Amino acid sequence: MKNPIENLNKIFDSRIRLGIMSALMVNDGVSFNELKELLDITDGNLASHLKTLDESGFIKFTKGFIGRKTNTTYAITKTGEKEFKLHLEALTKMIGSVK
Amino acid sequence: MDTQQQSLEDLQHIKKMMERSSRFISLSGLSGIAAGICALAGAWFASQKIHCWVKGDCQLSLLMTSNGYELINDLFWIATITFLAAFVSAFVFTYLRSKKNGIPMWGITTVRLFWNMVIPVTVGGIFLIRMMQMGEYQLVAPGCLIFYGLALVNASKYTLGEVRYLGYGQIMLGLFNLWWIGYGLQFWAMGFGVLHIVYGVMMWWKYERK
Repeated sequence: MKNPIENLNKIFDSRIRLGIMSALMVNDGVSFNELKELLDITDGNLASHLKTLDESGFIKFTKGFIGRKTNTTYAITKTGEKEFKLHLEALTKMIGSVK
Repeated sequence: MDTQQQSLEDLQHIKKMMERSSRFISLSGLSGIAAGICALAGAWFASQKIHCWVKGDCQLSLLMTSNGYELINDLFWIATITFLAAFVSAFVFTYLRSKKNGIPMWGITTVRLFWNMVIPVTVGGIFLIRMMQMGEYQLVAPGCLIFYGLALVNASKYTLGEVRYLGYGQIMLGLFNLWWIGYGLQFWAMGFGVLHIVYGVMMWWKYERK
């Protein structure tokens, strides 16, 4: 049998990236500020995690404006969704193997 | 063993983030209880009002004048004040809970819950007001219950899932009321008063009791 650890994605090692992906899985689009509020982290910290996810092709973003302020909205990509599901399955299997 | 513990915590984290980002979870059970008490108080005033109009023995005559036509007008005001009192008291407890949990009250989930609640309630309200204008009063109480119930079932996707059962309860009462015309106020008090309180107590017991 294949070891489930192989399916655990290194990118999802971080709780923050896991949180971002979770929020994007169940919402069509989430803005930068909403993510910041949800995860309770600083702008810089969030931006760097978003960059990692974007570079992996897991998320996409659209830039918009609210008045003069930029308001970027993030969404999950097909790849991101697939990878996240695989990761979830792997996590579930890991727990299953305890029994 | 360590990785298993880690996986479990990761899954719990995912679940929490999914819920926090998609549902408005600060809704307090105490809000339900408060709204229910307001509704019962409102129903009591209305029953006094009707009683005094029918029988002519007005204990509350100082509070409310009563000559025929004004009855409907007074009842309308009782309903409006009851609704406002219920809304404000429900808001307060939910605000306190969201503050305690450190979850902002006004976020994407609040807006979504708000619209999904407001649309069916407003449409129902306009429908019932138009019915009253046309002199149809019999279906007002069941109409309130049915539209409110539908709004709750709809809104339950965006807040605590149990709200759905509160909605089913209201719809059932509304439907029964359709064949028990004349008992509108009793059904109304059951739905908006008793059901809210029962729901509120259960939710408080489940999520907020320490």
